[in-house]
Amino acid sequence: MKANFKYNICWLIVMIAGFYAINTLILVGVINAFIENMLVTIGINIILAVGLNLVIGFAGQFSLGHAGFMAVGAYATAIITSDHANAAGFWTSIVVGIIIAIVAALIVGIPTLRLRGDYLAIATMGAAEIIRIIINNLKITNGAAGMFNIPQFATWPVVYIMVCVTSILIVNFIHSRGGRAAMAVREDEIATESMGINTTKWKLAAFVFGAATAAIAGSLQASYVQTIAPTNYNIMESIAILIIVVLGGTGSITGSFVAAFVLGILDTVLQDFGTLRMVIYAVVLVVMMVFKPSGLLGTWEFSFKRLFGHRKPKGETQA
Amino acid sequence: MSTILKVDDLVKNFGGLAAVSNVSMALNDDELVALIGPNGAGKTTVFNLLTGVIVPSSGAITFNGPNGTVPINGMKPYKVANLGLARTFQNIRLFKNLSVIDNVLIAMTSHYKEGFIQSVFRLPKYYKTEARIREEAIDLLKIFDLQDDINVLAKNLSYGIQRRLEIVRGLAMKPKILFLDEPAAGMNPEETADLTRLIRKIQREFHITVLLIEHDMSLVMNLAERIYVLDHGSLLAEGTPDEIQQNDAVIKAYLGEEA
Repeated sequence: MKANFKYNICWLIVMIAGFYAINTLILVGVINAFIENMLVTIGINIILAVGLNLVIGFAGQFSLGHAGFMAVGAYATAIITSDHANAAGFWTSIVVGIIIAIVAALIVGIPTLRLRGDYLAIATMGAAEIIRIIINNLKITNGAAGMFNIPQFATWPVVYIMVCVTSILIVNFIHSRGGRAAMAVREDEIATESMGINTTKWKLAAFVFGAATAAIAGSLQASYVQTIAPTNYNIMESIAILIIVVLGGTGSITGSFVAAFVLGILDTVLQDFGTLRMVIYAVVLVVMMVFKPSGLLGTWEFSFKRLFGHRKPKGETQA
Repeated sequence: MSTILKVDDLVKNFGGLAAVSNVSMALNDDELVALIGPNGAGKTTVFNLLTGVIVPSSGAITFNGPNGTVPINGMKPYKVANLGLARTFQNIRLFKNLSVIDNVLIAMTSHYKEGFIQSVFRLPKYYKTEARIREEAIDLLKIFDLQDDINVLAKNLSYGIQRRLEIVRGLAMKPKILFLDEPAAGMNPEETADLTRLIRKIQREFHITVLLIEHDMSLVMNLAERIYVLDHGSLLAEGTPDEIQQNDAVIKAYLGEEA
């Protein structure tokens, strides 16, 4: 109990220090509007990647529909804050986005999570397309033209706090009864079932949880960028999130953080290269997958417990 | 002694093949029963039928638990498991990339409650529950001498210890009946002797019924109180180890007929 308290304090200090570091760097002008924009984008990508990592890396369910749930959150925020342009409207819109995403994830998940591997990927991809096409054809979402002049409430501190909150919730879930059950499903579904665990229930729990965090990221993005259109949430967006997860290492939350930073910085640095940018970006991915297919960090996880505890021999896990 | 599991005229057809035909058997409380038979006799199919992994074509399986008699054919495997029927697998199915203790904690999943809100917000109750079940898991691992390996990944354990962990994982479910599918497969004589002692210990300390599939006759004849012999999907004989050793039909099934 006391030891746990110590690690929690450590994490709190890291988060507060990070906040003040960014704040100071903005004040002294090291971080300009351009870099701030990059950091916010990285933050939103972290939320998306951590949520998708829960589904793919921990529950072992290959979902390609993350952008669909992101769209749900984005449009909830766009529609609600256009009418109620105040902070209360913004936070309400996030909650509404989460609820709709949860309902959508349940509707999609209950029939499709019986599928495995490639089949599940195709089914979730189809589900995300359905969400996008519905948005494309509704009046309230302004159809294919999308929505603009969305009031900006998602400033960098809001995004920073939401990155911390969603990551903590997901990591806590992973280290609980439900998270262990989800990991057991990833490892061996038949054995899990013979342990008296309802596998469908825990697959669905992870999937719905991932969808809810995607909706949060969508809300933040819509509010920060201020312009959204249905084409932003097509299959390429789902794949972009998948790339972060795979590059960082499926099954490593730390990896998702690192990969979101690496790709975010790479993306920004390469902006001067024009068309060549996407080629270099793709080459980096190919090289990465050839030489380190398990991702940057594999399943390695940063942990204060290990940092303070005595070193353990190789091949052991972290708590 | 009362019957805990009763199997009546169990049939399973795979297409035109009758993998199991008209098998009837009964397991009593605290009993150690072995199920033997030549390769392809349908032993594992019987296990899969009893644990709900496959649905029988016809016949009845009834479990006589503390909450009365429950028919378990057609029930989902996780529900069967929660009645108190635990199993191990012929080809080890541990959660390989998880630690030893996580493997045991996962098996205990349906024996403790931990609310979603409690765990994602790490309320004090979460720490209490985690501490309690970890202690319980470690106590169980201590009985089987695995307490030094709790943080080792299951895949890094030696073969014999992996088999042992699979049994411990089954016991963590607090079962009434434990099904062991070829626990001695691939073991050397020394490891088999260890296993024999282990199964005896389980019987003595946990008071559960054990049904064992095994090819190693020394282990079977040493341990089993009663033996069922299966051949080509149907029951060939039933009796004590001595009776089975003298049974002509059994000898014929294993060694073939005299020329």
